[in-house]
Amino acid sequence: MSNSNGQPDPCNIIVSGVGGQGNVLASRLIGRAMVKFDYHVSIGETYGASQRGGTVMSHVRFSSKHAYGPLIPKGRANTVIGLEPMETLRILKDYGNPDVSVIVNTRPITPVSVNLGQGRYPDADELKDAIGQLSKRSWLIPATEIALEIGTPVVANVVLLGTLVGAGLIPITPGDFEQVLRDNVPERRLDRNLEAFTKGIEGVQTYVA
Amino acid sequence: MVSLAKSPAGAFELLLGNEAIARGALEAGVKVAAAYPGTPSSEIIETLARLAKESGIYVEWSVNEKVAAEVASAGAFAGMRSLIAMKHEGLNVALDFLAHLNLTQRVNAGFVVIVADDPQAWSSASENDSRHIPPMIHAPLLEPSSPQQAKDMMQYAFDLSEELGMFVMVRSCTRLGHGTGKVVMGEMPVTDVKPRVEIDAPVRALTAPMRHLAALDKLEQAKEKFEESPWNIYEGPDEPDLLLICTGPSALYAQEAVELLDVEETVGILSLGTTYPLPSRLIEHHISRAKRSMVLEEVDPFVEDQIKKLAADRNLPPYDEPLYGKGTGHISPAGELNPDEVLKGIARVLRAERLPDQDAGYSRLADHLVDERTVSRGLIWCPGCPHRGTFWSVKNALKLDGRDGFVTGDIGCYGMDAGFGGFGSTQPMASMGTGAGVASGLGKLTGFGFDQPVISVAGDSTFFHAVIPALVNATYNRSNFTLVVVDNSATAMTGFQPHAGVGKTAMGDAVPQVDIEKICRSLDIPVEVLDPFELSDGQDVLLDYIQRTEGVRVLIMKRECFLTRPRDADPDYKVTIDKDKCLGDACGCNRYCTRAFKCPGLYADPDTGRANVDEAVCVGCGLCTQICPEGAIQKEAFA
Repeated sequence: MSNSNGQPDPCNIIVSGVGGQGNVLASRLIGRAMVKFDYHVSIGETYGASQRGGTVMSHVRFSSKHAYGPLIPKGRANTVIGLEPMETLRILKDYGNPDVSVIVNTRPITPVSVNLGQGRYPDADELKDAIGQLSKRSWLIPATEIALEIGTPVVANVVLLGTLVGAGLIPITPGDFEQVLRDNVPERRLDRNLEAFTKGIEGVQTYVA
Repeated sequence: MVSLAKSPAGAFELLLGNEAIARGALEAGVKVAAAYPGTPSSEIIETLARLAKESGIYVEWSVNEKVAAEVASAGAFAGMRSLIAMKHEGLNVALDFLAHLNLTQRVNAGFVVIVADDPQAWSSASENDSRHIPPMIHAPLLEPSSPQQAKDMMQYAFDLSEELGMFVMVRSCTRLGHGTGKVVMGEMPVTDVKPRVEIDAPVRALTAPMRHLAALDKLEQAKEKFEESPWNIYEGPDEPDLLLICTGPSALYAQEAVELLDVEETVGILSLGTTYPLPSRLIEHHISRAKRSMVLEEVDPFVEDQIKKLAADRNLPPYDEPLYGKGTGHISPAGELNPDEVLKGIARVLRAERLPDQDAGYSRLADHLVDERTVSRGLIWCPGCPHRGTFWSVKNALKLDGRDGFVTGDIGCYGMDAGFGGFGSTQPMASMGTGAGVASGLGKLTGFGFDQPVISVAGDSTFFHAVIPALVNATYNRSNFTLVVVDNSATAMTGFQPHAGVGKTAMGDAVPQVDIEKICRSLDIPVEVLDPFELSDGQDVLLDYIQRTEGVRVLIMKRECFLTRPRDADPDYKVTIDKDKCLGDACGCNRYCTRAFKCPGLYADPDTGRANVDEAVCVGCGLCTQICPEGAIQKEAFA
């Protein structure tokens, strides 16, 4: 469903990754941004035990009509933000559709099951090919490398948020989203986050597949 | 940001369901709150604790749920609104106290018991439906469906409790407590209550059957209120083809399913916020106007079965169709509900021919592309986790001993030893303190010829919660086992709440630490304290302990949970692989560091087997440098 501007309503975004990658923070930042502009926002997330190196995902939903439930129905994601490539594929299987947009960090986190010899991690071309076939538009971004250049891998999530906003996938301007970062990120970490956000916006052109 | 306690009436915030419950409790004038942490309930007390000083309330982390219930009830006895919050499994612990409360005492101010169930058991040992408990213990039950409703319902819950003089249970669940939504604030009260206990207590003078009848009478009063309650909301046509009776978040799933199936004109939704005692006239009113009805709830058919009972009691008019739900197999009898399960169930009842568009071609392609490119990613101890060191020593000591020794586990991150990310020494146990209790029993089987060494492992928070009685029991009865207390100075699995051993209260005050070592020494049993990162020391002490033949021994493995460090703190070491020393598959170690040690910060080159450090994952704890037979993993102090 979409509104008169072609913006999907409800807009369904999934943020996925591995525990410890800043999944929850990324989804909260999107939520806080949209609630500020008067949308009904619902976020569903699973944490607790799954924090410990396992698959994590957050469902972020916003609508101008009413509050939706915290879970997105299967096959109905509008955008998938993937902090880890293999986890992104897993999400597409359940929630993808021919119109989905994908913003993915290309840096793998090797599952221990691969080290245990229980499977192999696909190479970059296989990942790129599968994500390309399963999305309408995709951005493959070396977000961890960009974040390490900024000084810490933990801001990779904000790089991807920069691309989300820069590509116009949610109805908010980069300036307004920067204000959300200023309002929600502790002072001593703000510069790194703003830099990551700007790099993500620049990535819209550079890393579009 | 403005403090949640200061956010003015009419303003809105994006809140976690648990934060909304905390704000609702403050709006209702709560004065005393206590809990033991448990996912998915912990943020209720965390939020109240954070806001306690500015709100003039008392909040504590208690040693376990039973004590929490007793502490909070004291507030209610003395005339101050009070609450406890716990996960469903915590209710089992609190039950010893709560089971009698509404039958033996009168609360003089509102006392609300919040129980957060975990359908699907995302962070629990079981997905038990705690709604079966209120009928047994004579407590009225409320079930909110959204963060806004959870906040608003707190006022109602406290008022009801106060009016009836009995505690009221509010049932949350993972999708509510850990869901986030926009919440509009209400008024904050100005209250000034001086606590006082009225020592004249006539309730206790009655016989048990008389008190039972009195409690049933109060429940009848609650039912009458529920018939008119604003928390039972119907939306839909006057005479629907299908009535959906929903509790908790299932109302939201139902709303979306009805939207997607485009049946808003013919399907009605009754979102039921008061689920025990069931408002029978209200239910009857809606069911009698609908062609057919279906119940949507998690986990068990609690409301569904009550409605079936109602049909027998009230001789409801006969229908051509059954009451749809779990009983008819239209909804799964186990697991969490979600929009897809609800949509499928409703479509089946409606015999809908047209399901919302799903691209079958896309699904086939996705199944094919994704299945061959993904492998499972099970739970594993974090990089830097002290438990990896402890269980490495445990595994090696048991192996050196060679008598098929094992660990009786407990509830905490250390339970992961039994899973794919651990070292496999642990027999999992499903409730707190049970590992030590079972070990105490096993240690007495030696008289029958039992000769396997037993190590019980429990965390520091678990030690205070439920291990102490088992340890005293084992000492008294001269049992024989080794207790390992993995002391990471936090209740780590639920989010690092402080406890008696940490030296800090929920409200942030510094207090003397309760010393686990001193408690154990007071029993006059052998006690050692080690750093779990000293692998060979741990192995030596454990091997010595498990080979002793009498009494209980305690080894305290003390090192802070790595996650309590700031995310952007500098690591202790820079860990590197000496490429000349790591021989990979030519070594003969069979990828010991990546395959056996299982730290996610290390990965093997798929072709050569050589080890690599993933700099985005490694936290620089340096533990792995002790295990390479060639000494190829090296560390240097971080500059």
